[in-house]
Amino acid sequence: MKLTSTLLLAASICLAQESDIVIKIMKGDRSVVAVPDMRGTGDAQNHMGVFNRTLFSDLQDSGYFTMAPKSMYPVQLPQQPTDFKPPLPPPAARPGAAQPTPVSQGPWLTDWSGPPVSANYLTVGYSAVQNDRIVLFAWLFNVNQPDLANAQVFGKLYFGTVDETGARKVAHEFAADILAKFGALSLSGSKIYFSSDRTGANQKEIWGMEHDGSNQKQITQLRSISISPAVSPDGTRLAFTTFAGGSPSIMLFSLESGRMLRFYNQRASLNATPTFTPDGKQVIFSSTAAGGGAQLYICDADGSGFRRLTSSPSIDIEPKVNPRTGAEVVFTSGRSGPPQIYKMNMDGANAIRLTSGEGDAVNAAWHPDGQHIAFSWTKGYDPGSYNIFVMDVATRQYVQLTHGQGRNENPTWAPDGRHLVFSSNRSGSNQIWTMLADGTQARQLTTQGRNGNPVWSK
Amino acid sequence: MNKRYITWSLLAFSLMMFAAGCKKKTPPPPPPPPPPPKEAPAPAPAPASAKVDKFTVEPSSIQRGQSATLTWVVQDATIVGIDNGIGEVQASGHRQVFPSNSTTYMLTAKGPGGTVSASASVTVTAPPAPPPPPAAQPKRSLTERLTSDVQDVFFDYDKYDVREDARSTLSRNSDALKTILRDFPNAVISVEGHCDERGSAEYNLGLGDRRSTSARDFLVQLGVPADRLRTVSYGKERPQCTEGTEDCWQKNRRSHFSAGQ
Repeated sequence: MKLTSTLLLAASICLAQESDIVIKIMKGDRSVVAVPDMRGTGDAQNHMGVFNRTLFSDLQDSGYFTMAPKSMYPVQLPQQPTDFKPPLPPPAARPGAAQPTPVSQGPWLTDWSGPPVSANYLTVGYSAVQNDRIVLFAWLFNVNQPDLANAQVFGKLYFGTVDETGARKVAHEFAADILAKFGALSLSGSKIYFSSDRTGANQKEIWGMEHDGSNQKQITQLRSISISPAVSPDGTRLAFTTFAGGSPSIMLFSLESGRMLRFYNQRASLNATPTFTPDGKQVIFSSTAAGGGAQLYICDADGSGFRRLTSSPSIDIEPKVNPRTGAEVVFTSGRSGPPQIYKMNMDGANAIRLTSGEGDAVNAAWHPDGQHIAFSWTKGYDPGSYNIFVMDVATRQYVQLTHGQGRNENPTWAPDGRHLVFSSNRSGSNQIWTMLADGTQARQLTTQGRNGNPVWSK
Repeated sequence: MNKRYITWSLLAFSLMMFAAGCKKKTPPPPPPPPPPPKEAPAPAPAPASAKVDKFTVEPSSIQRGQSATLTWVVQDATIVGIDNGIGEVQASGHRQVFPSNSTTYMLTAKGPGGTVSASASVTVTAPPAPPPPPAAQPKRSLTERLTSDVQDVFFDYDKYDVREDARSTLSRNSDALKTILRDFPNAVISVEGHCDERGSAEYNLGLGDRRSTSARDFLVQLGVPADRLRTVSYGKERPQCTEGTEDCWQKNRRSHFSAGQ
C-alpha cells in the first residue's frame, strides 16, 4: 500500500516535470493572432497570394501564436489604421430595456477582440508597386486595447522585388518583426540541411532548404552515399560522413565558396559523424583509428591535432557538444548493451548514461539552452520504432513528443529553441518534418525521394 | 639251343672283327697344297674410276621438321662431296639432315679415274595442322568467384559476435578465400559489415564496422592473410532487402565479401 502510493507520487512528480519541460521550452501560453489576407494595388496583387501564405505560416509555425480561424473574421477588413472607426457610444438606455450596443461606424478593434474571433493581435496592411519595387505597408495591432493609439504595436514599410521572391521576403521580414516583439527569434533565413536519395536510388547527397521547406537545393555532387550533416555554429561550413572514398570518412564543405575544405582523415576503416565545437575551431567525431570499436576523437577543423577522447570496449558515435558551455559532450554508446545516450566532459572524463537502458536511444541533440536534449528512443516500442523525446539533462526527466506515428528520428533544434526538425516515415516514406517542442504543428517539408538526417542551422 | 646261340655270337663277333680290320686300312695321301702365290709385281696403275657403292636417304619421305639420314659408301675416290650445304665428306658415312622442302642430294666422288655422282631424294611433306589450342577455359572473374564460392555471414540484432552458424560459414569461406587469393595474387577482399534498417544510421556505421572486423578476425585466425582483407562498414546504407520483415532484416545483418579496391 505504501509502495503503491510512493509509486503514484513518483509518477505524478514525473508527469509534473514532464510538462515543466515543455512549458520551459515553449515559454507559456500563446496569444491569439488574426492574420487576414492583405491585398495589393495593381501588379502587387499578383504576388499577394504568396505573401499571405508566407506571413500566415511564419506566424503559425513560430509556435508563439494560436491562429484565429479565418472563417470567423469580420467581413470588413481594415487595410490601414485610418480604416478603423470607433463606434458611436450607445444611445441612453431606457429603463427596463436590454443594454444597448454601440453603433458601428466601420471596422473596429472589438470586431477582432470579441467573439467569435477572440484575437489578441491583428495584422493590417496592403501593398503597392513603387519605383519598380513592391512596397508593403504593414501594422500590428493589440486589439485588446481600448483605443488606436495604444493598440498600434508598430507600423513599418517593407521593400522587395516585384515577384514571388520579393513577396516572400517582405512577408518573412514583417513576421520576424512581429516575433521580435514577443522576444522570439524568427526562423526566417535559417536553413535545414539533410541527406536525400532523390538524385538516384543508390546515392545520397547533402541538400539544403529554407526553414519552411522552400528553395530545396543540392549541395554535394559526390555521386556516393553522404549522410549525417553537421553545421558549423556560424552556419558557413558543413561536415558530413561520406562513402565517396570507399569507406566512411569525413568531408568538410564551405557553404560560402561552395567547395570542399581540406580535412585530414585518420587512417582508419571508419571516420564518421563529425560535429563542430561551439567556437567552430574543432571537430569531434568517431573513428576506428586505434583499432577496436569506433571511439570519439577531437581534432582541429582541418583534421590535425588528433586526440582520443573515449576508450570504451564498445561503439561510441554521434557526439554533440553543449552549445552553451562547450564543456560537455552527449553521444551514443553501446557500452552497456543496446545503444544509449551518454554524457561526458570534453576531456572524456565522467561519462554517465542519461537514458534508462531500455530500448535503443540514439541521435542526441542539444537545445540551444544547453540544458535540454532531444533524442530518438524506442522505449515502449519495437526495435526500430523510434519516437522523439526531450530530456532535461540535469534532472534526466523527459517528455515524449511523438507517439508511434511512423518512425521518428534525428531530431535537431531550430535556432529559436522552440522547433525541432526530424525525419519520419509517417507519410509512407522517410521525409523531413518540423514540429513544435510540445509535439504539435507537425509539418512535412520534403516529398521528393527519401530524406533523412536533418540538421537546423541559423 | 645253347649251341645255336654260341654260333650266332661267334658269327657276329667275327663280323665285327672284320669290319674293324677294314677301317684301319691307310687312306691315300692328300694332294699337295697349291704353290704359294708368286709375289706378283704391282699391277700397273690402271686407270681405276671412283665407284659409288651406296648413296641413300632414309626415310625417303618425311614431314617438315623431321630428320632424314643420308648414307653413302664410295670407293676409289679422292674427294667426296655432297651438295645442299653439306660439303666435303669422308668416303663413307652418315649425315642427318633436316630439309624443309623436298630435296635431291647430289653426291660427287672424284677419283683418279674420273668423277662419278649419285643422287638421293627425300620428299618433305607439310605436317598436319596442329590441333587448335584448347578452348580457353572461361576464367571467372574475382567477383564471380566471390559470389559463387564465398557466402555471407549473418548476425543477430545489435550484435557483432560470430554465431555458431557463422563459424561454419566462415570456415568454408576461409578455404575458398585462400584459393581465390592464390589465383588473384594482387586482389584484396573487402569484408563488408551491414545492418538492418532498425538501428540508427549513425550507430549502424559503428555496428557494421564491428561485424566486418569480427568476420575478418575469424578468417585471419583460420589462416587467411590479414593484409589481403580490408574491412568496410556500410551501416544500413546498402541493404540487400528492403522489406520490413524479420526475414529481410536478417538478410541485411550480414558480412559480405567483395572485391576490394
